[in-house]
Amino acid sequence: MIDNLNLLFVYAPIMNIQVILDGIFVGAVFALSAYGLALVWGVMNVKNLAQGDFVIMGGFIALGLHEYLGIHPIISIPIVLILMFAYGWAVYKLIIKRVIDNDMFVSLLATFGLSLLMQQVMNLIYGPEVRIIDPELPIYEFFDFITVPMAKIISLILAAIFALIITIFMKKSRMGQAIRATAQDARAARVLGINTDNVYAFTFALNAAICGVAGVMVSIIWVLQPFYGITYSLRTFAIVTAAGLGNLPAVIGTGFVLGLIEKYTSIILGVEYEIAAAVVMLLVVLMWRQIQMRKNRQAVR
Amino acid sequence: MSRNTLILYIIILAASILGPILLPAYTQQMAILWVMILMASTWDILGGQMGYNSLGNITFFGVGMYLSAIIQISMFYDVGEYTSAFGAIKPEFTDSQYFTGFFLGIIGAGLGSMILSLLLGFIVFGLRGPYFAIGTLGVAITAGQITGTIDYIGGGSGISMPFFPGDIYFRSIFFYILCFLLAASVHLILRWLYSTQFGLAINAIRDDEDKAEAMGIPTLRYKQFGWAIAAFFMGCIGAVFGNMVGFIEPIEVAFPTPTFGIFMVAMALLGGKGTLWGPVIGAVLFHLVKETTWTYLLGWQYVALGLIIILNIVFFQQGIMGWLQTKFPEKFGIFIDDKTHEESRVAMDDK
Repeated sequence: MIDNLNLLFVYAPIMNIQVILDGIFVGAVFALSAYGLALVWGVMNVKNLAQGDFVIMGGFIALGLHEYLGIHPIISIPIVLILMFAYGWAVYKLIIKRVIDNDMFVSLLATFGLSLLMQQVMNLIYGPEVRIIDPELPIYEFFDFITVPMAKIISLILAAIFALIITIFMKKSRMGQAIRATAQDARAARVLGINTDNVYAFTFALNAAICGVAGVMVSIIWVLQPFYGITYSLRTFAIVTAAGLGNLPAVIGTGFVLGLIEKYTSIILGVEYEIAAAVVMLLVVLMWRQIQMRKNRQAVR
Repeated sequence: MSRNTLILYIIILAASILGPILLPAYTQQMAILWVMILMASTWDILGGQMGYNSLGNITFFGVGMYLSAIIQISMFYDVGEYTSAFGAIKPEFTDSQYFTGFFLGIIGAGLGSMILSLLLGFIVFGLRGPYFAIGTLGVAITAGQITGTIDYIGGGSGISMPFFPGDIYFRSIFFYILCFLLAASVHLILRWLYSTQFGLAINAIRDDEDKAEAMGIPTLRYKQFGWAIAAFFMGCIGAVFGNMVGFIEPIEVAFPTPTFGIFMVAMALLGGKGTLWGPVIGAVLFHLVKETTWTYLLGWQYVALGLIIILNIVFFQQGIMGWLQTKFPEKFGIFIDDKTHEESRVAMDDK
C-alpha cells in the first residue's frame, strides 16, 4: 500500500492522470445509470434493484449483436436503446405496475427477484465467463505511461451527448413536462388530464434505455459477466443516496466522484476493494449527515 | 400457552425426533430445514416485527462461521500457517479437544456477531425503509469481498474445518440435534420476547417510529437489541453450518447473499411476516418445494426462484399467516366490536 502511494505521489505523479482519466470514463457509466435510478425513484417512488442487471443486459445485447451480426458496439447503441426501451416497458406492465402503490420494500424485493431472474437467464445464455468486446479502435499513448483508448473517448462523448439529449427532452418535450408534473404531484397531474400510467411506463422504459446505453459503454471499456449486475445496483444506490434524491446535477457529479474514488482505491489498496469503496463512501456520507442532524436535534436529554 | 399450542409443540417435537430415525438418509436436509427456520425467524425480528427490512443479516452468518473457524483452529495451531498450507496440515484433535473448540467456537461466533451488530447498528440504523435495506445489502456484499482478500483466514480459497471425530451417521445426527436445539430455542425465546414490553416497543417502531420516539421509547436501543439477538443466533448457526459443511469459502458458503441471504426474506414473506409462526411455515414450505423440485429444474432453478419471489411479492404479499388472519380473524383474537363498528360507520357517513 505504501509502495503504491509512493508510486502515485512521489515517483510518478504522472500516473495520476491515468487514474483520473479512468475514473472519469468509469464515472460516466455510473452517472448514467444513477441518473436513470434517480428518475424512476423520483417520479414513481420505485427502487429498482435490477438497475445493474439492466446495465449488464444492455452490454450483453451489444455483445450478441457484435458476435452474431458483426455490428460494431458503438453503432449498435440505437438498437440497444430501442430493445431496452421495449423491455423496460414490458417489465413495467408485467411487474412494476402491480407493486407501485404498495410500500417501498415491496418494489425493492420485486426488483430483487427480477434481478435474480435476469442474472440467471443471462448466465444460461452467455455462460458465466467474463466477456469483453474488442472495439478495434486505436489506442493513444502519452508520456510512455498513459494509455487512452479511442473507444473510451468516443463512449464518453456519446454519453455526454446522450445526457444532453435527455436533459433537453425533460425540459422541452410534452412527455418530459408530463413526467416532471407527475413527479411533483401525481394526483394533480391526473386531474389535469395526464395519463400517469403511461408516464410511469415511459419513465421506467426510459430508465431501462439509459441503463442499456451505459451497458454498451461497459461492454467497450470494461468487462461483462452475468453476476456483475448487483455491484452496479449497489453503486447506483450509493450514488443516489449520497447525492440526495431530486438533485440531478449532484447525482451526475457524485457518479464521477465515485468513479475517481474507486479507481484510486483499486490502485492503492487493490481491485477487490472497489465495491467496498462505494459502500464506505455511502456510509461516510450517512454518518456525516447523522452528525449534522444530531446538532439540529432539539430533544431534551 | 393454550392447550392447542401445547399439542402442536408436542407434535412438532415428535416429528423432529422421529424424522432422522425414519428417514436417516435425509438427516442433513432436515438439519438445513432447521437452519432455514432459524434464519427466517431471526430475519422476522427486524423485518416483520420492527419494519426494518434488512437484506444483510447474512453478514452475521458468515462472520460467525469465520470466527468459529479461527477459534477452533487457533486453539492448537497457528491459523496463518494452517491456511497457507492449503489443507496440507491435517489437524489431529482428540475428541475432547475437538468438542471444546467446537462449543467455544459457537459461543465466540455468537458473541462476536453480536458485538459487530451493535457497532454496525450505530451507523445503519440512521437509515430507514429502502435505504436500510440497501445499506445492509451493501454491508453483506462488502463483507464477502473483503473476507476474500484476507490471507490470514485463507482468502478466496477458503479454510477446511477440523475433521469431525466419529462416524458419518453420528456426525449427521449430532449436527441435526444442534440445529434443532438452536432453532427451537430461537423460537421459544422469540415467543417470550414478543409477549414482553420489547415486542410492544418494536411493533410501535414499525407502526410509527417518530411517534414511538416521542412517547419516550429509546428507539435506537431497541433496534440495536433486536438486531443483536438476530446477530447472535445467526452467528451461532453460521458456526454450526460451517462445521457441518466442512469447508468454508467467502462468496458461496459464508456470505451467500443471492441464496440464503434472499431465501430468508422470501421464506418470511411466504409464511407471512410479522407473525411468530409465519416464518416457520414459510421455511418448511419453501424448503420442501425447493428440495423436491430443484433436481428437475437443472440449470433453471434460480430462474424459478426469481419467478417465485416476484409472484409472491406481486400477488401474495400478506403471506399464508396474513391470508389466514384476514380470512378467519376470530381465530387470531381479532373481533369487531359492534358498537365501535357502528360508531365508525356513522362517522364515515357523516363525512
